[in-house]
Amino acid sequence: MTVPAIRVSAVTKQYGTLKALGGVDLEIGQGEFFGLLGPNGAGKTTLISALAGLVRPDGGSLEIMGHDVVRDYRNARRNLGVVPQELVFDPFFSVRELLRIQSGYFGIRGNDDWIDEILASLDLTHKADANMRMLSGGMKRRVLVAQALVHRPPVIVLDEPTAGVDVELRQGLWQFVRKLNRDGHTIVLTTHYLEEAETLCGRIAMLKAGKVVALDTTENLLHRFATHSLRVSVDRAEAAVALGGMAVEDGWVEFAFEGYDKLEALLARLREAGAGLREIQLGEPDLERVFVEVMHRA
Amino acid sequence: MPETRRGATPPRIEPMAADAPLTGFRTLLYKEVLRFWKVAFQTVAAPVLNALLFLLIFSHVLDRHVTVYGDVAYTSFLVPGLVMMSVLQNAFANSSSSLIQSKITGNIIFVLLPPLSYREFYAAYVIAATLRGLFVGAAVLLVAMPFVELSMASPLWVLAFAVMGGAILGSFGVIAGIWADKFDQLAAFQNFLILPLTMLSGVFYSIHSLPHFWQDVSHFNPFFFMIDGFRHGFFGQSDTSPWLSLAVVSGCFVLLAALTLALLARGYKLRS
Repeated sequence: MTVPAIRVSAVTKQYGTLKALGGVDLEIGQGEFFGLLGPNGAGKTTLISALAGLVRPDGGSLEIMGHDVVRDYRNARRNLGVVPQELVFDPFFSVRELLRIQSGYFGIRGNDDWIDEILASLDLTHKADANMRMLSGGMKRRVLVAQALVHRPPVIVLDEPTAGVDVELRQGLWQFVRKLNRDGHTIVLTTHYLEEAETLCGRIAMLKAGKVVALDTTENLLHRFATHSLRVSVDRAEAAVALGGMAVEDGWVEFAFEGYDKLEALLARLREAGAGLREIQLGEPDLERVFVEVMHRA
Repeated sequence: MPETRRGATPPRIEPMAADAPLTGFRTLLYKEVLRFWKVAFQTVAAPVLNALLFLLIFSHVLDRHVTVYGDVAYTSFLVPGLVMMSVLQNAFANSSSSLIQSKITGNIIFVLLPPLSYREFYAAYVIAATLRGLFVGAAVLLVAMPFVELSMASPLWVLAFAVMGGAILGSFGVIAGIWADKFDQLAAFQNFLILPLTMLSGVFYSIHSLPHFWQDVSHFNPFFFMIDGFRHGFFGQSDTSPWLSLAVVSGCFVLLAALTLALLARGYKLRS
């Protein structure tokens, strides 16, 4: 049987009175593009840090490709690449020096071919000999991705990789990460941009206060939790609001409904109330609505 | 449906194989040496100039008035002390400043994510610190040699105490670098502990020139044994037996190394 890329079993972590992780169970299969979502303070970064060995859990266990992150930390870390959230860099070295050094930390020397490939994929070849201090924020972010990949880990964790990143770089980065996923790398992504998670992730876990409150494929989450929206422009907004709608802007009222079979009845009620229907817009369920709903229910 | 949501079995990716068991440690050591070498003007040239200024001032004031161990000129006596002081202070500065800079800028994560053991981590930082200490010490000695009459009675003692002193202060630096959260705290460690212990260790004087009480107090300062043993390597005579000095210095190193390794094994202030 294939071992999961990541297995998290009953992991707990407490900081003083704050319960950062309250018994998290999670299994991520090899080759998945997995999203880890949650509001600030939900425990995403603590969970990632525990996987990376930066945080020691109080209880439970974590495995990367079948290797326990504490008992068999060398193999676990060899199988994991982490792109940290903060834009950190070592100001003493050039990009190439940094990547060679990072390779060496993982016990690998003389892998310039792979380093060249990463540099080319991230459009950094022309900056290979530039000192890190001379790079723009976007370039530094790409170097962080390159550093996480120098040992070609099967599992790659990206912790908020597009925070404060311009659109062009974001698109380029996702293209590259998608390619890595197609090549077989397991990708774990945390992001506050829910559109990105919806487009990229095949499966998603949502965390709240250190607990997994939703875990399913993106499609299932969209179907299970999300409601469609109906926006209507009406002559008498107060009549539409009286039917449970929410006034959103001048003359427009929004309704939420589950499934298209409810739509006809809703429109009939608006007619009967004499709202004076002028225009309608239908909204598909999206992950943002799912997220809000899940967080509200949890 | 986006292209990444797929059910096909992906190709299996294997991480790159490690070359040799100690490649990670060697790389961290290389990186730490490269780090100070890249700013050698600050990390090597400046301490050499400092030591030479001490030599210039003290020799000008005292050389004609003081002799030590019978017939050793004060300037000749002073040089080994200054060399050892440079070794100790620079070994401490190397590991402590590297760690606190990495912690404050956040790039310590690049050392914590790879599969390096805490023993490799310790060894790399302490050896790099010792190498910087030895390098600066050797530079001070080379630059001072034309101005003094000095020969090495026993180079092995010189080397043993320089290496042990560098390793002790390198360990001290690791502890200080991990413990301190701000440069301010590190400066306190340096100014209120390392500097007084160095200055009061006999760099500038023989403890036999002190009153009995202060001679006794000096024997509680491990830095005294480092400098006295080191000086024995040059003159073949010292304030106390070099074997006693070696025993004290070795004991200090073992204790400090055990403490540092215990902190690193616990992940103190590095892995929460």
